[in-house]
Formats: sequence, C-alpha cells, structure tokens
Amino acid sequence: MAARKATKKPNVSAEELQAYYRDMLLIRRFEEKAGQLYGMGLIGGFCHLYIGQEAVVVGLEAAAGEGDKRITSYRDHGHMLACGMDPNGVMAELTGREGGYSKGKGGSMHMFSKEKHFYGGHGIVAAQVPLGAGLAFSDMYKGNDRVTFTYFGDGAANQGQVYEAYNMAELWMLPCIFVIENNQYAMGTSTKRSTKSPSYWERGAAYGIPGEEVDGMDVLAVKEAGEKAVAHCRAGKGPYILEIKTYRYRGHSMSDPAKYRTREEVQKMRDERDPIEAVRSMLLTGKHATEEDLKAIDKEIKEIVNASAEFAKESHEPALDELWTDIYAAETAPQNA
Amino acid sequence: MATEILMPALSPTMEEGTLAKWLVNEGDTVASGDIMAEIETDKATMEFEAVDEGVIGKILVPAGTEGVKVNTPIAILVEEGESVDDIDTSSTPAPAALGGEEGKAASPATASTPDIPPAPSVDQSPDYPEGTPMKQQTVREALRDAMAEEMRADDTVFLMGEEVAEYQGAYKVSQGLLDEFGSRRVIDTPITEHGFAGIGVGAAFGGLRPIVEFMTWNFAMQAIDHIINSAAKTLYMSGGQMGAPMVFRGPNGAAARVGAQHSQDYAAWYMQVPGLKVVMPYSAADAKGLMKTAIRDNNPVCFLENEILYGRSFEVPDVDDFTIPFGKARIWREGSDVTIVSFGIGMQYALEAADKLAKDGISAEVIDLRTIRPMDTATILASVMKTNRCVTVEEGWPQGSVGGYISSVIMQEAFDYLDAPVINCTGKDVPMPYAANLEKHALITTDEVIAAVKQVTYR
Repeated sequence: MAARKATKKPNVSAEELQAYYRDMLLIRRFEEKAGQLYGMGLIGGFCHLYIGQEAVVVGLEAAAGEGDKRITSYRDHGHMLACGMDPNGVMAELTGREGGYSKGKGGSMHMFSKEKHFYGGHGIVAAQVPLGAGLAFSDMYKGNDRVTFTYFGDGAANQGQVYEAYNMAELWMLPCIFVIENNQYAMGTSTKRSTKSPSYWERGAAYGIPGEEVDGMDVLAVKEAGEKAVAHCRAGKGPYILEIKTYRYRGHSMSDPAKYRTREEVQKMRDERDPIEAVRSMLLTGKHATEEDLKAIDKEIKEIVNASAEFAKESHEPALDELWTDIYAAETAPQNA
Repeated sequence: MATEILMPALSPTMEEGTLAKWLVNEGDTVASGDIMAEIETDKATMEFEAVDEGVIGKILVPAGTEGVKVNTPIAILVEEGESVDDIDTSSTPAPAALGGEEGKAASPATASTPDIPPAPSVDQSPDYPEGTPMKQQTVREALRDAMAEEMRADDTVFLMGEEVAEYQGAYKVSQGLLDEFGSRRVIDTPITEHGFAGIGVGAAFGGLRPIVEFMTWNFAMQAIDHIINSAAKTLYMSGGQMGAPMVFRGPNGAAARVGAQHSQDYAAWYMQVPGLKVVMPYSAADAKGLMKTAIRDNNPVCFLENEILYGRSFEVPDVDDFTIPFGKARIWREGSDVTIVSFGIGMQYALEAADKLAKDGISAEVIDLRTIRPMDTATILASVMKTNRCVTVEEGWPQGSVGGYISSVIMQEAFDYLDAPVINCTGKDVPMPYAANLEKHALITTDEVIAAVKQVTYR
C-alpha cells in the first residue's frame, strides 16, 4: 500500500494551515538553536534533534483532543513544543538549569509535563511502548474516552516489548495509537539492513490491530490519518498503528558524523520533500498567506527561540540541594487519580 | 550585525579538534544548514553546518589547524553588504560549559569521627497496642487480605499478573480476589513480564495504583528495565512531577529443588536502587501490615515474598486497619551477647540459632529488618553498641550482599564498639544446584549461624 496522501481538498482553514507552518517552524528553529548551543558547550551529553520530522508531531497534535496523552523516546523536543510546552522550560532543561522542566535533572532525553499530559522523554529504546499502553490502560480503567499517542522509531519497532504491548493492547482494547516514526535509520543502521519486512505497520495484523502507512513529510496527510486513528480509539475499538514515513536531516545525535548515508540523499530530501517548505508553498500558491504574513511568523519564531536561548543561559544551575530531592515522593500524599 | 562562528563541540567529550577543511571561502554566502567545514573530533570527522545565514567575512583559523579549542572563534559571519572591517572583534567568547568543582556536592555519608558516637535514637514502639485481638493466619492469607482491604478502600488499586485471576494465583495468594473485584481489577496477563511490567508502570504514571505480581522474582529479570529505569527513576528525572505509585510483588529466593534459574534472592539487587523501596517480610503480621503500607506508598515498592513462608502461620492482629511503617526493624528477641540481623526467610535460621545458642548460655538479640530499603540502621547500631558483636543472615550470594552493606555501616558508625569482625552468613557463591543434598548445602543453615556466633563471641 502506498503511503497515505492527504485528500485533494484538505479540510483546513487558512488559519489552521498557518498554525501548522508556525508550529513546524518553531520546532525547526528551536532545534537549530539547540544544535548551536550544543556546539558552544552549553548543552551537554546526548542531544537528538528532530529536524526534518516536524510534520509528524504537528499533524498528530492537530488531531489530538484535550486530555489526550503522549509519550515518546529521547528524540523528544519536537513533541514537547508541539503539545504546547514552554520553549523556555525545554531549552533550560537542555542546558541543565533550574528553569528547566525537570529542574535540570532530566536533560534532553527526560522531560515531562503533567499539565500538558506529556509523559516523557524515555532513554531506553522501546521502553515507552508498554508505558504508553499503560497510560491508555489508565484511561480505559477510569472509563473516559481519552487516547494516548505512543511514539517510537523504526529502531524501536524491532524490540520484543513492542509486540508484548501490541498483544495486550488489542487483547484489552486499549485506546492507544502506536505511532512509528520511521525516519529510515536506527542510529546508523538503515531499515533495509535491520528489518526483513520493513513495512512496520503491517505487523499489527498479527495481533488484529489495524494500521496504515502515512506520508510524514505532509502535515495534512498526518493530520488526516491521526483523526482516523483517534476516532477508532475513542470509539472503543482498541489500538491503531500509524507508520509515518519521515526523515531526519541531522545525525542520530550531535556526535553522529552520519557516514551511513550520502550527503546527496539528505539534500534531495531537503530540496524536494521538506515539510515546512511544502506548507509554505501551499500557503503562498493558495493565497492563504502573503510573504509578509510568513515573514511576520518567521520573526515571531526567531524571537521566541532567541528568548528561550537567553532564558536557558541565564537560568541558574540547580542548587546543590536538588541533588537530594525528588528521589522519593511523600509517603502517602493524596491520590493522584 | 557580524557574528563570530565558534569552534563547535561535536561530541559529549570533545574539548578540542582539528579544523580539517573549509568548504566555504571568504565572501561566500551561506544559508542555514549549509556545510561550512569538516572538523575532526576525538571520535570522527564531522560536518559543521551553518546555523545563521550571511556572508563569510573572514576565516580566522585556516584549514589543517590542529588542537583548536572548543568555542574559539574560527570565522566571522557578516550580513550582506557589511564589511569585515566594521567588525568589533573584541567581543567576549561564549561561556564554556559549566561544571567541574561546582558540580560536586557534599556527600551525606557520615565521616568518621574520632569520638565514640552515641547510640542512635531508635523507634521500637510496638506495632500494635497490647491486648489487640489476634488471629492465626498464614502469610498467604495475610497478603491476600492486605490486597483485598486496600482494593476495597481505593478503586485505583488493581492487581495484574500471570494467573492471578481465574487460576486464583500460581501460589494462591490472590485466591478469591477475582470473585470479589471482577476482571476489571484482577487481570490475567499473558506471559510477558517485560510488557506487562511496562504497562503497569504506565498505568501508575496515569494515576492508578497497580499491584504487579511476578509469578516469581526470577521472571522479573525480564522486566527489570521497567522496575529500575521506568519506575524508580522517573520521579527524579521529571523534577518531582510524576512517579510510579505501585507495588511489584511475588515470591523471591529459593523454594525447594527448583534449580538455579528459579532460586535467586534479589534483596541485594533492588536494595541498591534509589527511588525503590524494598520490603522482605518474615511473619504474616508483617506481610499484611507492610503490604498495606506498600500499596498506599507513592513510590515503587519491590515486595519480596517467599514461597516456603506462604504456608506458615503466625499471629496477626484482628483489627480493621493494621499497617506497619517502612524503615522500622523489629527486635524479635532481646539479648546481650551478640546481634543477629536478618530478614525474610533468613529469620527462620536466625531464630532457630538464637534458641539453640541460649541453651549454650549465649544471649542473642535477633533483629528482623523487614524493609531493606529504607533500612533501619539505627536499630542495628543501637543493638551492636550493646552487644559489641554482629552476625548477618541472608539467603542471597555473598558478594555485594545485604550483610556486606550492614557490615560497612557498622564499621563506619560503630567501629569502636566492635569486639569482633562482623560475619555475614549468606548463601554459597554458586548457582542453586538441583540435587537435594547439594541444595541444602548451598543454602544458609542454622548450624552455620551458630558457628558464626561462636566465632564472634570467641566461644
């Protein structure tokens, strides 16, 4: 089956389309800035940039409703920005400062927001898959109609616990959307070299879970597929799989020289399939926005990102006392149901 | 405005690198994402991309330069039409990453002091008032009652695991729970420990209070990543925003004749992990009171039961709501000549040894830790300061044992009180054999505890 394309007449307003442009651009510029701060030594350790994959989270957030949950791996900055977390708090976590979402104790890979229903930020490849199924379980148990977006990559898709989670998710009809962000490389190993049957969404059939492949460079296609998946889950029909074909422009992490693919391959993607350029051209050719409108958005984004970098530099390092906090929760605090 | 392009750090450990090659020349226009240079790091040759757009005004570090420190200006980027001569190059370099000495915190570990430390204050208040009505109950029944009472009190508590529902529990600990609470709250899982432990942790993130039963803790090795990486660390990693209020439970340690893969004691493994609480009860009353505390606790608790103890009967308080706090050891028997510290099934050997030693005129104080983490070291220290001798008893292996940790605490906090080295009685340093005679020999025995006590008391 070919990757899902958006239907010809997308059911979105000019305002919505501009919002997708803006949200994707925020992620792109934020990540470029993060890369720059990493280069300056202000961000340390591992830092996995989301550049190229922006349409995935922006499209799915457009399909999500209030109270829906999301959980992902360590390539998480885009997910956090897309679900409305504060760029200042995210950037300050990257620099390990007290103003960060985890007070500087989590770092790039480990951020959370109860308020935005963002459950991390997990560093062990595929661990978030059963965790996401468990979040969906909690909503089913409580009897509401919320759904959980459980994101993982093509690398994680070969881990055994994914299939343990698939089995139980369908067995118990959990409202969980398994989102496979197939960016075609598990660190340096291409899907061709790692996976005998690289159509990951089809594996759901073994468990009775429906799914489909989606063009992840087309935000409208992602949104449309997301809406279908959400409707399926909300209706109590169990889990759904979206394999979203995408591409990361940067290395796996900041220290990846990316010698496993050619510069031409990356450049071709950037030139021909860039998700932000696609929306930009849609906005202009469809006269849904003027050059001036887009320039204003660019300027606004630049200001937000620069402000986040300033905040992240100026926020203090956590007090040394913080080393010893948050190890244990108060013994029997009120229920957090 | 002109900006300096700085030598980037391109790996977590890079401090300097070689500017191998420039791919742009002075006067070239660059856009975000264009590759400007190749830089050799300590690991690989990396491409260095432009972040901002502009014109390369001046290259400050020529190609081939080795040992260029991170954050050294390597080129100057100007805007279209701007001249490099306009640039004020006296700008300060960007701040380097913070860290080093500042990042080090004082350890809370107590430094040794030349003075003899005073005995720590100890809470040895009774677990229930004198005159409390009691009933005889097995450990198995006590655990089931604890779960049932907490499930009645709180709808967010549920039990999941292999054979917990329709089969009534592989070891019958969950007998009757399905009938009372139904399949929404007593859930049979497929045999997928890794997966269902992860689902349990996710459900806890989502506001429920799962009890995840492992048919035995041996099988939990499939799931240990979720117990430690997902459950124990999330509260810290999230800066206190969310954690996993839940219980992982099941039988731990050797049963009888089940061989190496089904006979391991995990107390010392889980004891090591900040963020976890570790409970290992001996009696039925403790099993009940501690299980209720574990379910109410807002942290992940590893509850290590024992198959051999499941069928043992003890007196259990016959009251509505009986709990035992974590971190409070129980002194089973007071004594003056030696302190025997144990927990879980090790208590059986400790108590038997104490009985026999009494006949030889040696008075042993027997302490049941009950919770391994947090550990009531105050009760141990106060006792050792009285008896001046200590023997620890556990079923697990010797290297990295619970007893080894207790020994180090005693050495640091009560060294001057010791009249003999602390002896750790442990299981033998071998995988558990199947043959009956070998298995018996691999486990700790009462005779070994007696011999250790005689050694430290010089009898």
